[in-house]
Amino acid sequence: MKILSFFLVVILFYTSSALKANELDKRNNITKNLRCLVCQGQSIYDSDSEFANSLKILVDRKIDEGLTDAEIYEYFKNKYGEWILYDPKLNKNTYILWFMPLLIFLLGGAIIFKKLKKKHN
Amino acid sequence: MKNKILPFSVIIIFGIIFFIFYKGLEDSKIYTPDVSKKKEIPVFNSKEFFSGENVKSLSIFELDKFYLLNIWSSWCVPCRQEHPFLMNLNLDNEVNIIGMNYKDNLKNAENFLKELGNPYKEIFIDFDGTIAIEWGAYGVPESFLIYNNEIIKKYIGPLNQELVNEINLLIK
Repeated sequence: MKILSFFLVVILFYTSSALKANELDKRNNITKNLRCLVCQGQSIYDSDSEFANSLKILVDRKIDEGLTDAEIYEYFKNKYGEWILYDPKLNKNTYILWFMPLLIFLLGGAIIFKKLKKKHN
Repeated sequence: MKNKILPFSVIIIFGIIFFIFYKGLEDSKIYTPDVSKKKEIPVFNSKEFFSGENVKSLSIFELDKFYLLNIWSSWCVPCRQEHPFLMNLNLDNEVNIIGMNYKDNLKNAENFLKELGNPYKEIFIDFDGTIAIEWGAYGVPESFLIYNNEIIKKYIGPLNQELVNEINLLIK
């Protein structure tokens, strides 16, 4: 019973914070998903470089203009290419990246399945 | 026979993974912009450097003329290095050099031009760096060669004699 109420609180907490999600959250989400091109291994959100600061201003402006997340990503992709996105879309350059985990998962599953079957026998 | 399939497939999978990571080592992890693709120049509004009047990008770039858009700043050391080359390029008068003053203090920028000369036909201001992003630039200095409202070549970093020669060839 205690566990059930704990989960209920957790779920309630998450849904209420999702309701409160405002423009700042949207901006943070977008900037976390954009790569800072002049600083290695940092997102725009993490970085305080000149480039990142200008980009944050531009993201704010695009949100004010009422663009959706996808449109904002598309905008920056047009300017700087796929590399600026941390969440690459599926295409001929990235399909290995996308299908590799699935392949490994299936293989691992097959191995476990086989072992279990052996044990039963 | 059945027992052999498992180790065999594990080896194959590891081989594939090794190959992918090995391939990945060859790729540069540093952002290298695509400089080959021709792109239309962005439309933007800004302020003129000396007068502070509003300028529209459409009024700066005319058709059938070569323009070199140079992003510069007084605080940027490589800009100081490339400035003499811009001055030289200006002497030939075959290309109109347009300046974009990037995130600068206007007083410092004016002193910079007084000290080293002004090669620019027109200068506009980018206060917050957002116009540079519209252009797909990511720092200073950067230069764009423009013809018929299209970026035909992009130079990242300071210009040098070699690049100036290349520009001279391109605009002939």
